[in-house]
Amino acid sequence: MTTPLLQINALSKAFFGISAVKSVTLAVHPGEILGLIGQNGAGKSTLMNLIGGVVPADSGEMLLKGKPYTPRTPADANKNGIAFIHQELNLFTNLSIAENIFIDAFPRTRWGMIDRVTIKNKTRDLLQAVGLEIAPETQIERISPGERQLVEIARALYQDAELIIFDEPTTSLTARETERLFAIMRQLKEQGKAIIYISHILNDILKLSDSLAVMRDGQLMAHEPTAAFDVNRMIALMVGRSIEQLYPPRSTPPSTELVLDIHGVSAAGIVENIHLQLHKGEVLGLFGLMGSGRTELARMIFGLDPFEVGDIRVEGVALNNLSPQSSIRNRIAFVTENRREEGLLMNIDIANNIGLVALPEFARTPLLVIDRRELLDNAQHMANTLQLKSGNIALQNAKALSGGNQQKVVIAKWLLSRPAIFIMDEPTRGIDVGAKYEIYAIINQLAAEGSGVLIISSELDELIGICDRILVMSRGEIYGQFGRNEFNEERILRAAFRETAAIPTGEKLPTLDEMAEGSAS
Amino acid sequence: MNSRMNIRQLLLNNSTIVLFIVVFIIFGIWSPLFYSPENITNIIKQAAFTGIVAVGMTFVLLTAGIDLSVGSNMYLSVVVSGLLMRSTGIDVLPALIISLIVGTLFGAFNAFCIVRLKIIPFMTTLGTLIIGRGIGTALTESKQIDFPEKMNDFGQTLFLGIIPMPIVVFALVMLAGYVLLTRTQFGRQIYAIGNDPEAARKAGIDVDRVMALVYILCGFFAGLAGFVLVSQLGGRVDRSFGEGREFDAIAAAVLGGTSLFGGVGNVFGTFVGALLIQMVQTGLQFNLVNLYLQPMVKAVVIFLAIFFDSLREASQKRLKRRFIRPVSASTAGGD
Repeated sequence: MTTPLLQINALSKAFFGISAVKSVTLAVHPGEILGLIGQNGAGKSTLMNLIGGVVPADSGEMLLKGKPYTPRTPADANKNGIAFIHQELNLFTNLSIAENIFIDAFPRTRWGMIDRVTIKNKTRDLLQAVGLEIAPETQIERISPGERQLVEIARALYQDAELIIFDEPTTSLTARETERLFAIMRQLKEQGKAIIYISHILNDILKLSDSLAVMRDGQLMAHEPTAAFDVNRMIALMVGRSIEQLYPPRSTPPSTELVLDIHGVSAAGIVENIHLQLHKGEVLGLFGLMGSGRTELARMIFGLDPFEVGDIRVEGVALNNLSPQSSIRNRIAFVTENRREEGLLMNIDIANNIGLVALPEFARTPLLVIDRRELLDNAQHMANTLQLKSGNIALQNAKALSGGNQQKVVIAKWLLSRPAIFIMDEPTRGIDVGAKYEIYAIINQLAAEGSGVLIISSELDELIGICDRILVMSRGEIYGQFGRNEFNEERILRAAFRETAAIPTGEKLPTLDEMAEGSAS
Repeated sequence: MNSRMNIRQLLLNNSTIVLFIVVFIIFGIWSPLFYSPENITNIIKQAAFTGIVAVGMTFVLLTAGIDLSVGSNMYLSVVVSGLLMRSTGIDVLPALIISLIVGTLFGAFNAFCIVRLKIIPFMTTLGTLIIGRGIGTALTESKQIDFPEKMNDFGQTLFLGIIPMPIVVFALVMLAGYVLLTRTQFGRQIYAIGNDPEAARKAGIDVDRVMALVYILCGFFAGLAGFVLVSQLGGRVDRSFGEGREFDAIAAAVLGGTSLFGGVGNVFGTFVGALLIQMVQTGLQFNLVNLYLQPMVKAVVIFLAIFFDSLREASQKRLKRRFIRPVSASTAGGD
């Protein structure tokens, strides 16, 4: 066999003591498409960031054509012939296609001006190579996500990249654009380029790749020719470990009384015909891959983002003119995905953070002066109930707390307003195992007291551990529903990957192929 | 519905030209003499120095930065050349070069603070606004300086016997700004940085270098504008020279469609913006509007323009919304 284009040896990277990539050894050869799969958080992105020079490695080495390769910046990686096409494209929407391709080094005329004729001609050739028939002067703003992807590839070609990394390139593409992208990837392969292709669409990977690498928990689980895999084996490798007793048992059964009833909610390009029913005392999980529309749906329910059709009922009353204020009045609580930026006032003391949502209840006199004493008493009571580990809550800032305790403060803030519906987006992200257990216990308690809890998570184990029912979202649709007695990690994952339609409740859900046809026509 | 969206978008994207035409018509109806060639020449001449500063400001705003110190820079660069002209008797041209050097160094100091010391542009230039005027006041002991007579002559020079000197300089600066922004790598990289600084870094652009050059260039134009203004004022520089001019410059750029969020704007728009501001001012004086009302009317026009800018931003945000699922062909348009 030829020498690999890129050889990775025992590469490791940890963030704040948590391993993201553990001693990975992998090689990719010229003219090879390497598929890379793994669950969210398995370390795929970190591994690619190491190769692309976005973050430095802690240990291990990389060899490019047999020579040591240590990129310090993305520009370093580019110079070494490695192009990285991110899921979030790296283009300047206010510039033209040609300008985007040449932005870091324009060819110049002898007057020092940009040689517009040359860049136009070269761009036209590059666009032809990727099968894009658009004028080089077209602004990026005016072209579709799929076309933008092709512009990124044209840029990689111009930089003479020998290794092109695609990070989930098809998430925003239509079926036709995806086909075109695959044809170009095969063509690049014929020309002897190496490609690393990351995707959640397992069938695409099977169709396209020559070899396949599976990651789980930062480690490489398998790296073999693609022929050695089928979808079952891929999923088994991605899921792996058995679930231990990490979760408090669900003891109280949910009531049959509805607390939240979402009927046919759609927003063009984001979510489509969502039906969701949450009962009193129920813990409902919402599972989906990143970008499946989970968070967007939660934001719509809470009134942060608009939707076009459908209605939302809380305890039988239809809501209109949703806004966070009205949601709080309707006793809906929303624990955001992003504690640091959206959930907490980091430089404010814990007591005031806890009192934030329920603040109007502490306003006294016609001037609405805050009763500090009562606020503090209530906050302290809440802190004790949730076993918050902190100093004096009136003095210590939220910033000083650990991740798990910060999350407790966010929950306490909402608890004080006695919500009927709790929406939690990734409530245990970045929290250690012990604190996770406590958060799960709190969720259990909330349900036992009659609240409906909707939990969004990318950790399937977690949802299986704590939920009464799990809904699966994929590409903005509810794609499957599982009751507690039907929980099966593999089947839920399959639904999320759209491998097979999972037990559809109510009407028949379209298959992947029907979807593809629908969007192509 | 789609075509109505397009008309709305078209109006928003050209709101200043629409505003300009509306204001131009209103003043003309008010007083037909407003359209006389003398008056129009006068408006362009008086808009020159604001326009020159505003071109530099456009460069800065395109990177999503701001330069509040241009008014003080104008003052300091004119004070230094004026004092030297009087004490050593140098000619107008060397004095001009000195003003340009002082202005450029002033800009370089801003650039140093912003790029090297990582102080945000707003605070840096707020600081140098005060420092610049402080140094100028100290140098003049807060007295008025009178330039020699030849300075006044310079201001009255007619190019080719017909075009007033400030208009010539104004035109050259516009042309230079236009060429730099649209035809050079430096210019296109400014747009890229304004669009997404992180992506610019990833694309291999030397962001620090471009940012530094932008503030240096803005300083250079401020020095030039100061010199042009003093020649028009008959060589008289008092303590309040250039004071508050940063707001006219920012307003002119924003009126011209430059976004305060970076990445959007061009020199032609700034030209229209500078003319619009001057036209409002001259028009109000022309029609003998109460002196105290004039700033308010000017403020309303600027306010309207900035309001349109925020409408445009909002509609752009809607266009940039991230999609999860393919939108059906009928709503996506194009193709």
